[in-house]
Amino acid sequence: MSLRRRLDQPWLLGLVGVLTLLLLWQVVASLRVVDPLFLPSPAEVLGAGAEQYQEGVLVNDALASIGRVLGGYALSIVVSLPLGIAMGSNRLVCQLLEPLLGLIRYMPAPAFIPLLIIYFGLGELPKVLLIFIGTLFFNTLMIMDAVKFVPSELLESALTMGGRGLQITTRVVAPFIAPQVLDAYRINMAAAWNLVIVAELVAANEGLGKRISLAQRFLRTDEIFVGLIAIGLIGLLIDLGFRLVMRRSCRWAI
Amino acid sequence: MHLSVKGVSKSFGKGRDSKLVLDDINLEINSGEFVALVGSSGSGKSTVMRLIAGLEQPSSGTIHMDDRLVRGPGPDRGMVFQKYSLYPWLSAADNVAFGMRLQGRNKRDVKERTAYFLEVVGLQDSASRFPRQLSGGMQQRVAIARALAADPKVVLLDEPFGALDLQIRESMQEFLYQLWERSGLTALLITHDLEEALLMAQRVHIMAPRPGRVVRTVAANLDRGNLSALRMERSFLELREDLAGCLRGLDQDPAALAARSLASTTGSSSSG
Repeated sequence: MSLRRRLDQPWLLGLVGVLTLLLLWQVVASLRVVDPLFLPSPAEVLGAGAEQYQEGVLVNDALASIGRVLGGYALSIVVSLPLGIAMGSNRLVCQLLEPLLGLIRYMPAPAFIPLLIIYFGLGELPKVLLIFIGTLFFNTLMIMDAVKFVPSELLESALTMGGRGLQITTRVVAPFIAPQVLDAYRINMAAAWNLVIVAELVAANEGLGKRISLAQRFLRTDEIFVGLIAIGLIGLLIDLGFRLVMRRSCRWAI
Repeated sequence: MHLSVKGVSKSFGKGRDSKLVLDDINLEINSGEFVALVGSSGSGKSTVMRLIAGLEQPSSGTIHMDDRLVRGPGPDRGMVFQKYSLYPWLSAADNVAFGMRLQGRNKRDVKERTAYFLEVVGLQDSASRFPRQLSGGMQQRVAIARALAADPKVVLLDEPFGALDLQIRESMQEFLYQLWERSGLTALLITHDLEEALLMAQRVHIMAPRPGRVVRTVAANLDRGNLSALRMERSFLELREDLAGCLRGLDQDPAALAARSLASTTGSSSSG
């Protein structure tokens, strides 16, 4: 019982899980049961990472990928919020757009890449737009759902105190859905990261995804691992950032 | 202030599925009155309140507030809901201030009135607490303060204590009655609890279900100097028993109801 309580800390067990995997990796790599060409040791990966960092490649790639993600995702956030609220609070808007969004949502975003390249070339715009397209519909539909579940008593109380149209949206709907919206943004951020890597695999000069595909060409598995771990860590940091914002701004809902 | 409900009927649904829930409701409420609407579930009493609040539109008939036709919700008709309808992201004080801020009152006014109404409901010490940190009874007191602070001409109370424990409910009834007595507010109370209605209201309308209609109206002119003693008084108990009998008579027992629906499916019934 006391052991269980001692283990029951938010960070401890998660850390144990990560360290166990690292240890297992080290053991398997040092036993040489797998060809090092396929499975480099943690030390080798760390070395490759340090090398990339010193050359400035790692930071450069990370910034390129982060920039695309933030650009496309910011656009998605800005468009999905009013769209989702409009769909959630107005039945006509919902009936007009929901079938359309439901249809487009099932079209895999990477399938839009050829089209985006034809329209916008190989620059930044098609990558940013891919992330926008790939996350907009999920964000919008999740926000719409959150709006639909605002308790009617909360809306009607405001109406019987003199609240009107836009006031209801800004003072009742918006604060009520804020925690769910932040959560939706946090969850769909993962999709944005998937898409930026896919876009870079297809066409890019720099970026974490581009580095991975180059590493594959030269059989540099250690560099592939560096790219994967970097992507994971950045994603984790963004996730924690969203959680922090949530904890700060929506204390009532936690 | 004069609220009048004239010949109001309400059906839900369309065509063959349409269901009449209220049939020819007539009510009057004047300034300073405390009126109660009592009925079992399904008697449409909450629908009457929602119509007066303007949250629903009558199928026929009219509702006038001071000679102005009610077309939608407005701050002249405040409402307190059964379920806790406080804004969970706002403190008790900010909940009380909510309606006044919607109406654009100036800051000083809002601050003074918030403090005043929190004190009226005895929660001045809980001003900064959030709804989930308050008990059910305290939450309803905040809801009442919030409705009053928005300065309505009539307060509509929809089973305000229905979700509370019995002991708390009794003290809340006494609290609400004293509040009414002190502040001269006008109130319409919806409840299924006869005792609650008779304790507070000067006029009690009894509603019958399927379709909802007012079948009896009594003036309850009781001496309300001591509410807890009144609960036990003979005249009070007799009146309550009389009306309870009336309510029981309206609620057909399930066996009779089943027999009637059986008869209607074989086509022998023509009544609606």
